[in-house]
Amino acid sequence: MEKDIILKAENISKQYRLGQVGTGTLSHDLNRWWHQIRGKENPYLKIGDVNDRSTKGTSDYVWALQDINFEVERGEVLGIIGKNGAGKSTLLKILSKVTAPTTGSIKSRGRIASLLEVGTGFNGEMTGRENVFLNGAILGMTKKEITSKLDEIIAFSGCERYIDTPVKRYSSGMTVRLAFAVAAFLEPEILVIDEVLAVGDAEFQKKAIGKMQDISRGEGRTVLFVSHNMAAIKQLCTKGIVLEQGMIKYEGNIDEALNVYNSNSDDFVNDIRWDIKDAPGNLNAKITAVKLLTEDKVFFIENQINVEIEYVNYIDNHTINCSISIFDDKDTYVLASPNLERISLGKGKYKSVCVIPKNILNKGKYFFTVILVGNNFEIITQLDKIISVDLDEQGLYRTGYFGYWGGIIRPYLSWENIQISK
Amino acid sequence: MNNTNTSNEWLFEITPKNKFFSLNLKEVWQYRDLLFLFVKRDVITVYKQTVLGPLWYLIQPLFTSVTFTIIFNNVAGINTGTVPPFLFNLAGITVWNYFTACLNGTSDTFKSNAGIFGKVYFPRIITPLSVVVSNLIKFGIQFLIFIAFYIFYYFNGAALHLNFLVLFFPLLIVIMGILGLGLGMLISAMVTKYRDFSYLVSFGISLLMYLSAVMYPMELIKEKLPKYGWIVAYNPLAYIIETTRYMLLGVGEVSVLGLLYTLTVTIAVLLIGILVFNRTEKSFIDTV
Repeated sequence: MEKDIILKAENISKQYRLGQVGTGTLSHDLNRWWHQIRGKENPYLKIGDVNDRSTKGTSDYVWALQDINFEVERGEVLGIIGKNGAGKSTLLKILSKVTAPTTGSIKSRGRIASLLEVGTGFNGEMTGRENVFLNGAILGMTKKEITSKLDEIIAFSGCERYIDTPVKRYSSGMTVRLAFAVAAFLEPEILVIDEVLAVGDAEFQKKAIGKMQDISRGEGRTVLFVSHNMAAIKQLCTKGIVLEQGMIKYEGNIDEALNVYNSNSDDFVNDIRWDIKDAPGNLNAKITAVKLLTEDKVFFIENQINVEIEYVNYIDNHTINCSISIFDDKDTYVLASPNLERISLGKGKYKSVCVIPKNILNKGKYFFTVILVGNNFEIITQLDKIISVDLDEQGLYRTGYFGYWGGIIRPYLSWENIQISK
Repeated sequence: MNNTNTSNEWLFEITPKNKFFSLNLKEVWQYRDLLFLFVKRDVITVYKQTVLGPLWYLIQPLFTSVTFTIIFNNVAGINTGTVPPFLFNLAGITVWNYFTACLNGTSDTFKSNAGIFGKVYFPRIITPLSVVVSNLIKFGIQFLIFIAFYIFYYFNGAALHLNFLVLFFPLLIVIMGILGLGLGMLISAMVTKYRDFSYLVSFGISLLMYLSAVMYPMELIKEKLPKYGWIVAYNPLAYIIETTRYMLLGVGEVSVLGLLYTLTVTIAVLLIGILVFNRTEKSFIDTV
C-alpha cells in the first residue's frame, strides 16, 4: 500500500547570524543586497559552522539546522528529540511558519496548528472567557468554532468559577489549565507541540497526556511532539527523530530513537581504561578499568546496571576488595557498597562486578567513586567520581502520569489492597 | 487507492523565498475574527486602571487645541478667518491624531508583538490592521467631542458652513488611516533590524505636524513663505487636513489635483508597505 504522506520536509536548513546587530550587519546586508541585485547567490550561505554551542566557532554564521529531510504519515505521532541546542525548537518554528527556512521546503497536505507555548497572547486585563476567544482566534479558530466548544473548553480547564474574572487574578496553574484547554480543542490535521506538558499539577498532566493520546489515536490526527520528557515521548509517539548539532542522527522507530539519543550523552564517562603504566594504584595493586554496563549500552532506571572494576594484583595473599560510592548531581551521598566478601587473592588480573538491580536509582545524573582496598584496610587507590551516568527512564511503571517523580532513589515497592469492610 | 490521487497535491508549501508581492486576502479574511478580537482587546485594555478611563481620549485633543489656540492664534496671530480658532485647531488635531495613532501603533508592530509572533503563525498584517481599526473607534469618540463644540459654536453665532462634500469625509479618514498603515508597516519592517528608525518616528512625527497644515491654513504658508511653501504642497497629509476643514468648517480650499496626488501617494505607500512588511514577516524573528 502506498504511504499517505501528510507532511514532507525537504533539505531544510536554517542559518543564524551570531553576535550583535550593529554596523557589521549593515555592511553584510548591503553586500548581500548587492549580490542579489546582480542575480548572484547570497555570499553568506557558503560559510557557517556546525551547530555546536560548546565550542567557539570561527564564523559569525551558524547552521542551526542542516539538510533535514523527513516524511510524516497521516495519523503518525512523531517525537523530535535532541539535546539543548540541537535544533528542535528551530525546526518547530519553521514547521509552524514562525520563521522561514534558509533553504529547502516543507510541503503539507493539512492545516498545521502549533502549540509552542500555552496561553500565547493571553491578556491579564481580560476575563477568562474573553481570553479563550482571543487565544483561540490566535491559534486559528473562528469565533463560531470557539463558541460551539466554549462549554467543553471551560469544563476541561476546571476554571468555571473564575471564568468571568480577569486572568491577572488567576494563579499560574489556572492560567495554564485554561490555556491548554483552548489548545486541546484545536482541530487541525497536523498539530505541532513543544513541551507544554511540563506545566501544571499531576492531575492536570494526566488529563493533558490523556487528551493528547485521544487526539493522536482516537481522532487519528498527526502530531509532532518535542519534549525532554522521555517517558511521555515513549508513551505517545510512534516514530522518532533524533537531532544532533542541527542534523538528523536517526529517524525511525521510537524505541530505537530513544536508545540513540541516550547513548550519545558524551558528557558522561561510563567506561574508562588505563594502560598498565598509567593505571592508578601502587606496587601492590592497580586499577586498570572501571566500566558501567547495561543492556544495549543505554542506561535506564528500569534496567540492571553492572559496575565492573578491573584490577591487577601484584602480591600473593592479598586480601583485596572494591567499594563504590554513588553521588547525585547535587552531591548528595546516595549510597556506598563495599564488597563484603574479603577473600585472599593470588597474583593476577581480576574483575569485580557490583550489580545495581533495576528500579533502585531514580532518573538523574549519578557519579561513582571507586576505592580499592588491600590488606589491613589499606586504601590502594581512591578514584573520586571517576565514572558517571545520566539515567533516563522508559516510563514502564508510570500509569498515565508523566510528571515529576521525586526522590533520590526510586525503588519498586510492593503494595497491596485489602478490603477491611464493606 | 485515492492516495495516488492526492499525492501530487500539497495544500501549502513553506519555502525560504516569498513571491515578490503576496497579500493573501483569503487568509486575512479567514482570520477576521482575530482582527475583531484584537480590536476588542485594545479598546478594553487601553485605559484599564485609570481613574478617568476613556475620558483621556477627550482630554488630550482638547488641551492640545487650547494650547495651539493660545500660541498660534493669540500669540503668533495666525488668522483663521470667520472660524473660531479653537474649532479650527480641534478639527485639524482630531484628524491629525488619527494619523499619528495609526503610524505610532503600526510602526512597532514587529517589535512589540515579538512574543506572540515568535510562538504562533497568523497573517501578521492582522496586527497593524487592528491598530488602524481600534484607533478608528478612538477617532470616533474624539470626533463626537468635535461635533459637540461645533454645535456649541454654531448656536453662538459663529459663521460655520457645513459643505455638502462632508459626505466624503469618511473616505478622507479611510485615506488617512491607510496612509498611516502603509507608512507604519514600512517603518515597522525597518525598526525590526535597526532600532534607529523608532527614534526617527517619534521625532519625525512632531516635525511632520508643522508641515501638515494642522494649525494654519495652507494658503498662509504659501503666502508667508513662498520659497518653502512647496514642502507643504508636496505633503499629502496637508491636503487631507485642509480638505477636512473645508468640508466641516467651510474654510480653505479643495484642490482636486492635490487630492488625486494624495490618493496616488497613499496607494503607493500602502503597496510598498505591504511589500516590505511581507518580506520581513517571514524571518524577522531571527533579527528582532
